[in-house]
Amino acid sequence: MKKIECIIRPNKLDEISDALNLYGIQGMTVTQVMGCGLQKGRREVYRGAVYDIHLLPKIKIEIVVPDGWVDDIIKIIRDKANTGEIGDGKIFVSAIENAVRIRTGEQGNAAI
Amino acid sequence: MKKTFPVILVALLLFFALQPESANAAESAVNTGDTTFILFSSALVMLMTPGLALFYGGMVRKKNVLGTIMQSFIIIAIISVQWVLIGYTLAFGSDNFHLIGSMEWLGFQGVGMAPNPDYAATIPHQAFATFQLMFAIITPALITGAFAERMRFSAFIVFTLLWATFVYDPLAHWVWGVDGWMRNLGTLDFAGGTVVHISSGISGLVAAYFLGKRKGLGSEALVPHNIPMTLMGAGLLWFGWFGFNAGSALTAGSLAASAFIVTNTAAGAGALAWAACEVYRHGKATALGIASGAIAGLVSITPGAGFVGPLSAIVIGLLSGIICFFFVSVIKHKLGYDDSLDAFGIHGVGGTWGALATGLFASQSINPAGADGLFFGNPHLLTAQVISVLATIAFAGLSTFIILKLVKAIFGNIRVSEEDEIIGLDLTQHGEDAYDSSSLESGLAFITHTVPLSSGPI
Repeated sequence: MKKIECIIRPNKLDEISDALNLYGIQGMTVTQVMGCGLQKGRREVYRGAVYDIHLLPKIKIEIVVPDGWVDDIIKIIRDKANTGEIGDGKIFVSAIENAVRIRTGEQGNAAI
Repeated sequence: MKKTFPVILVALLLFFALQPESANAAESAVNTGDTTFILFSSALVMLMTPGLALFYGGMVRKKNVLGTIMQSFIIIAIISVQWVLIGYTLAFGSDNFHLIGSMEWLGFQGVGMAPNPDYAATIPHQAFATFQLMFAIITPALITGAFAERMRFSAFIVFTLLWATFVYDPLAHWVWGVDGWMRNLGTLDFAGGTVVHISSGISGLVAAYFLGKRKGLGSEALVPHNIPMTLMGAGLLWFGWFGFNAGSALTAGSLAASAFIVTNTAAGAGALAWAACEVYRHGKATALGIASGAIAGLVSITPGAGFVGPLSAIVIGLLSGIICFFFVSVIKHKLGYDDSLDAFGIHGVGGTWGALATGLFASQSINPAGADGLFFGNPHLLTAQVISVLATIAFAGLSTFIILKLVKAIFGNIRVSEEDEIIGLDLTQHGEDAYDSSSLESGLAFITHTVPLSSGPI
C-alpha cells in the first residue's frame, strides 16, 4: 500500500476528486492547508499599510491505494492539477505498513 | 463595610427616586414634532456605538474581537449611569467660572419634563439630556480604537469613568454649556467636532504613546480579521450620524434638513477621496478604504453641519479623505506610534480639519444664528476656531496623560501582560472565544467538569 499526498490549488479540488472517483478511488481525506513554495505570496494593503502575505491557501488530498495504482493516480492528478504556472503544487508518495477498517477489523488492501 | 456599602447606595437611590416630580408642568410648551425628532435622533446616535463596536471589531485580529466590541458596549452601560448621576449636571448645569457645570442637576434632580429654554425650548428637558447622553457615550468609545488589542479591562473601566467625568463633561460645558468660555468666545461646534472628535482623537494619541506599540507591530501581519463586519459598522455609523448632526438642530425643521444633506454629502466625498488616494498610491481601491474615508468625511462635517452648504460639504469631505489618508498611511508610520485603529488619524485629524473648515466655510445664509467664515468675509470666526482647537488639544491631551498616570498607579500596569497579549483579550480578559476556535466538532470534548453556580469561581 502507498499513501499519496498531493498539495493542489484550491480551485482544482472538484476536478481531481471527480477524476479519482471515476478511476475507482472511494475514499480520501481533504484538508485546507497553508503553504509556501516557489510561488510568491500575495500583497494586501490596509489603510495604506502594505503586507506581503507569505503563506497561500492550498488543499491537501490524502489517499491510500494498492501499490500498482500509484503511477495511474499520479498521471490523473498531474493531468488535472497542471496549469503550467508556478504554484500548481506537489505530490508525495510514501509506503504504508498496514490499514484497518474500524467497523469490521479487515486489514491491508481489503480495508482501503 | 464592603457589604453595607451597596445597601446604603440602594437606600440613597430609593430616597431620591421617591421624591415627587412635577412631570407635566409645562406640557403646553412642548412641541410633539420636535420631541419625536429628538427622541428618534437619540436612538440613532445610541446605535452608533454598537456600530463603532463592529467597525473596530472587524479591524482587530480574531483573538481580540470580543475584547474590542466589549469596550464599546460596556461604555454604553457605564456612561448611561454616570450621565444620570453626575455627567449631565457637570456638562450642562449652571456655570461655574466658565469651566464647569454646577451640581444642581445631580442625579437628574430637577431635569424634568418642562423644556429648558437655555438649550432647547420646545422639547422636554429630559429629552435634551437624553440626546446629550448618547454623545457622551460614543466619545470615550472612539478612543478605544487607539489602544485596541492591548489594554487591561479593569484599568480601561477606571480610565473611561475618569475620562468621561474629567475630560468630556468639562469640555462639553465649555462648548455647549450656557456661559462656557468657548461658547462665549463665539466658537461654532454644531454637533461635536471639538468636544467629541478632537478630544477623543488626541486622547487616543496620548494613550497610544503611553501604552506603547502592540507586540509584533512591524514584524507580524496585524491585519483586520473581518472587513465585512467593519463595513457593517461603518454603515451603522453613517446611518446614526444623521441623528448626530441633523438632531443637533434640536428642532425638526429646515436647519435639521440642511445638516442632514451636508452630512451625507461629506461622507460620500470623503469615501471618494480616500479611494482615489489608494488608487493613486497602491493601484486599488479597498473596501476598508471606502469605509474609512466615509467616516473621515462624517467627522469633518460634524462641527460645521449646521453652518455650511452642500457645495462646501463636498470640499470639506474631499479634503478630509485626503488629509486623513495621509496621516493614517504615511505620518503614522513615520512617527512610529501605534494608534491601532486610527482613532487619532481619523477623529483627531478629521475633527481638527472640520473645526478649522467651519471657520472657513460657515455662512449665515445657511444659519442666521451662526456666523460667516473667512470665505464669507469674516476672519474672526477662524480665530475662535483655532483657539478652541488648540485649547481642546492641550486640555484633553494633558488630562488624558494625568488620568493614565493615575490609573497606572492604581493598577500597576494598564497594559495586559505579554503572555496575555499573545493569547488575546477575548480569552484572557473575558474568558470567551468569539469563533469557537479551539473546539473540534463539539465544545463538549473539552469540558472536564462543570461547576455549579453556588461553588463560586474555579
